[in-house]
Amino acid sequence: MEPSGYMPIVLQSLVALGFVALVLIVVPLLGPRRKSDKKNENFECGIEGQGNARMPVSIKYLMTAILFVLFDVEVIFFYPYAVNFREMGFNGFFAVLMFVGVFLLGFYYVLRKGAFEWDR
Amino acid sequence: MSLILLFTTALLIEKIILISVLFAITLGVAAYSTYGERKVAAFIQDRLGPNRAGPFGLLQPLADGVKFFTKEDFTPNAAERWLYILAPGAFMFVACMTSAVIPWGTQLTIFEKPVDLQVADLNIGILYIMGFVSLGVYGIMIGGWASNNKYSLYGAIRASSQMISYELAMGLSIIAVIMMTGTLSLKEIAAQQAGLNWNIWYQPLGFIIFLVCALAECNRAPFDLAECETELVGGYHTEYSSMKLGFYLFAEYINMFISCAVIATLYFGGYNFPGVDPGWLGGFMGPIVLFAKIIFFIFVFMWIRWTIPRFRYDQLMHLGWKSLIPLSILNMVLTGAGVLLFEN
Repeated sequence: MEPSGYMPIVLQSLVALGFVALVLIVVPLLGPRRKSDKKNENFECGIEGQGNARMPVSIKYLMTAILFVLFDVEVIFFYPYAVNFREMGFNGFFAVLMFVGVFLLGFYYVLRKGAFEWDR
Repeated sequence: MSLILLFTTALLIEKIILISVLFAITLGVAAYSTYGERKVAAFIQDRLGPNRAGPFGLLQPLADGVKFFTKEDFTPNAAERWLYILAPGAFMFVACMTSAVIPWGTQLTIFEKPVDLQVADLNIGILYIMGFVSLGVYGIMIGGWASNNKYSLYGAIRASSQMISYELAMGLSIIAVIMMTGTLSLKEIAAQQAGLNWNIWYQPLGFIIFLVCALAECNRAPFDLAECETELVGGYHTEYSSMKLGFYLFAEYINMFISCAVIATLYFGGYNFPGVDPGWLGGFMGPIVLFAKIIFFIFVFMWIRWTIPRFRYDQLMHLGWKSLIPLSILNMVLTGAGVLLFEN
């Protein structure tokens, strides 16, 4: 597919960008503006703010993010195979079964390590 | 040379008109989804729903829009000002980009000139959509972080963690469809499902996985942990007001619209329907059929939201990682074996 096929995508991104920029610039001019120290504080259930919001979060979120990167790369490898899967026949299929096996092995390992135990 | 230039200018104008119409329709559908959502909720809960603005409350989305536009645009002192402003814009921009590769029909004939009903027929169509869907995480994450509010930050982290978790199973369920069709182009996938030869008959499990993941990707109930009112006030958009909040809410409905369009195209034949030629009415029959399917799926999304209670966060993660990923791998392997055995 030649690069000119992506021209409409560029057009669409210009339209979307124009719309978003227009609204973000115009709308703040329409509403009222009333400022005060108390009002401009962050919302914290009506009590005074305690400390900084950017506290460390649970390690589980980081685990999820890292495992996502790992498995997503493996999933990406399936796409070129899936497109050419008919031509490759049974030989290709068995090769991919081995790859799926590796995938599942890694999956089983993180499962047994308790990476998905969110309630612990 | 000038003839070629003329042709490309005509094509340019054609594409600009198509994009503008599509944009208007997308925004219109998103606006009226909010109305539909409230009416469906009212119907399910035996209430009346919005009925004051105009006949049957039909002008309610307009009234909401005017209100969004004329509210104070508030920025808390502690917020990271530029990121705070850019985040909802980025979220909306990403939501508006995905409609480009969806085949809305075969061809229109306007003034005896064929017009393709697809903005761009990319040969990587479905990957393009997956790419933009995953970019949506940034709008949420940046917005939640820039607000410098505890609820926003937790909402954003929950939302992004949930979205990346379900993206895996979603990608794997799409792979099974690609094995069936042998192409990544949505136009070809839709064209292969002429009549009643829909992918849903071959991919029932894949469809269920995809539907669940689509609900989670759109942050829709029962997966709306990111804006769990009882725990997180408003989630990642707690501090937002005016049209910035509007962008977040609006983009969510656009995402829902596009998800339904993708579900209809991948599994339910797109613009095809048995006994109906998408070329009828000068080509308008295709979009009509596709929109009927999309509206049905939007209704299903709303039906699910008002029927099933919200998950707990650990349940959500268990479902995503421990059930959907192994299931979608199984689905992929079964599809591969099935196709090879039946076609040889």
